[in-house]
Amino acid sequence: MSAPATAPVQDAPDERLAHRSHLRRLLGRPELGAVVGAVAVFVFFSTVADSFLQASSLSTVLYASSTIGIMAVPVALLMIGGEFDLSAGVMVTSAALVSSMFSYQMTANVWVGAGVSLLTMLAVGFFNGFVLTRTKLPSFIITLATFLMLTGLNLGFTKLISGTVSTKTIGDMEGFDSARAVFASHLTIGGVDLQVTILWWLGLVALATWVLLRTRVGNWIFAVGGNSEAARAVGVPVKGTKIGLYMAVAFCAWVSGQHLLMSYDVVQSGEGVGNELLYIIAAVIGGCLMTGGYGSAIGSAVGAFIFGMTSKGIVYAQWDPDWFKFFLGAMLLLATLLNAWVRKRAEATK
Amino acid sequence: MSDTQSALVELTDVSKFYGNIRALEGVSLEVHAGEITCVLGDNGAGKSTLIKIIAGLHQHDAGTFEIEGEETRLGSPREALDRGIATVYQDLAVVPLMPVWRNFFLGSEPTKGVGPFKRLDAARMRETTRAELLRMGIDLRDVDQPIGTLSGGERQCVAIARAVYFGAKVLVLDEPTAALGVKQSGVVLKYVAAARDAGLGVVLITHNPHHAYLVGDRFVLLKRGAMAGSHAKSEIALDELTRQMAGGSELEQLSHELERAPGPDVIGGKPVASGEDG
Repeated sequence: MSAPATAPVQDAPDERLAHRSHLRRLLGRPELGAVVGAVAVFVFFSTVADSFLQASSLSTVLYASSTIGIMAVPVALLMIGGEFDLSAGVMVTSAALVSSMFSYQMTANVWVGAGVSLLTMLAVGFFNGFVLTRTKLPSFIITLATFLMLTGLNLGFTKLISGTVSTKTIGDMEGFDSARAVFASHLTIGGVDLQVTILWWLGLVALATWVLLRTRVGNWIFAVGGNSEAARAVGVPVKGTKIGLYMAVAFCAWVSGQHLLMSYDVVQSGEGVGNELLYIIAAVIGGCLMTGGYGSAIGSAVGAFIFGMTSKGIVYAQWDPDWFKFFLGAMLLLATLLNAWVRKRAEATK
Repeated sequence: MSDTQSALVELTDVSKFYGNIRALEGVSLEVHAGEITCVLGDNGAGKSTLIKIIAGLHQHDAGTFEIEGEETRLGSPREALDRGIATVYQDLAVVPLMPVWRNFFLGSEPTKGVGPFKRLDAARMRETTRAELLRMGIDLRDVDQPIGTLSGGERQCVAIARAVYFGAKVLVLDEPTAALGVKQSGVVLKYVAAARDAGLGVVLITHNPHHAYLVGDRFVLLKRGAMAGSHAKSEIALDELTRQMAGGSELEQLSHELERAPGPDVIGGKPVASGEDG
């Protein structure tokens, strides 16, 4: 709480404003903890693993980051809006399966399958949001149910249709090459081979940041997560905002799913389980508050980058990859503690 | 403001039931431009039900609700806002982690640009927030600070300034001084008076007759969901208002009981030392 000095103040407000320095302003950013953590992880693996600093290694790290990062963006927005989505991981697999099986069974153009998949995923996202806002049950329960149902549908339908746990290859089908170019191609920039998912990732981060900070919808997202009753009282469409956020998760799951499909041309139906936690971890490391109302899309990107550096850095350091999970857990704990500490200091000493 | 004859908001014999529970029955109240109508009552008297009906969160079950002479049934808070009724809740008024300027414009953000490039007019929002607060006498260091870092009184004032800026004709204030100290309450009451002087009709919900009497023009007393009295300021003195508000004859009886009663021998399983309640 600040001093209640409001009444007859005639002195210049700028004088008091100066007390809040640029440093303090920086400390108030949600991403700060994650950026400090990312620098630490980067320095650590640069020293431990000689090959970590090579351009090709960094490109691999960025690719690993982008596969998590594409989903961490909408998951972070959703978390700012005060909700979770545990179905986000398997939804990626569902998106790939629907796309692949529709194209194969109907012998349709790959893009038609992708379009059907997009509509299906948006419907799933709408379902999550609609049931949530209708029943007012915790999103943990609703999306856990969706998670289980999708997991079952993925396995059940795939086995029913193709007889095995994976889909048939669509690599020789019409439209596959152009779809692969969009979702799973490589670009060479400055002699470095980069996956196109990195562009998707950066584009989504930029778009989400713009929406959050510079549009009405962004204002609403912060408000429904921070205090949904207050938001409703001043006329914010709380239900619409939440449903929209779930559909954004579904859209990004579709993008990720198409990448999964186009990079191998077949999909394993059991994939994706557990990834939803990675997205949430990236968002939380990036400074999103579990209770909603606070966080950033850039933070989620930094969180995903930490994830990418750690998962690949352990390989480059030639350690047993079994250590990865421990490392991830420790990072999560440290980042959360650091975030809490930074925020407390930034707000207390204003 | 031109026609003060017809009330901005008029409730006649309004009732509200939750299942078989009577939350409000036969309550009448009118709000005029440039006047403050105080609604007084103890906890559970039906004050919050009344406020929710006026704010559009709930609908009344019986009686009439007129806005500027036209009978109405509000479907949502948004509709109430569009009809010029702005409500400031004691603890629901703001989103604590959001900056002051974002809170100020929440739900009615100005934009610039077209199509997909439509964006918040952030510079104007910051500037307007600072100017409007200053006009109400609130001099903020930094409109970018989270509104949760302001004091309770300041938050109420921001919410009032917001309602005034967005052209509210009727301002409904839910217990604006309940959680505040003496000095902060004074600050808030000053802004309530400022809103009245700006020509708004104000509904002030409170259980503090002293605060109500300082600014109120008419007083409606609620008791257990029903009207216990309705007075213009000229008709009633503070003492009488306080007496009625505090329960009137019930209070006298209580004071008798407190004087005479021997008091329980045992409280919370422990014997009470005798002779303490003199």
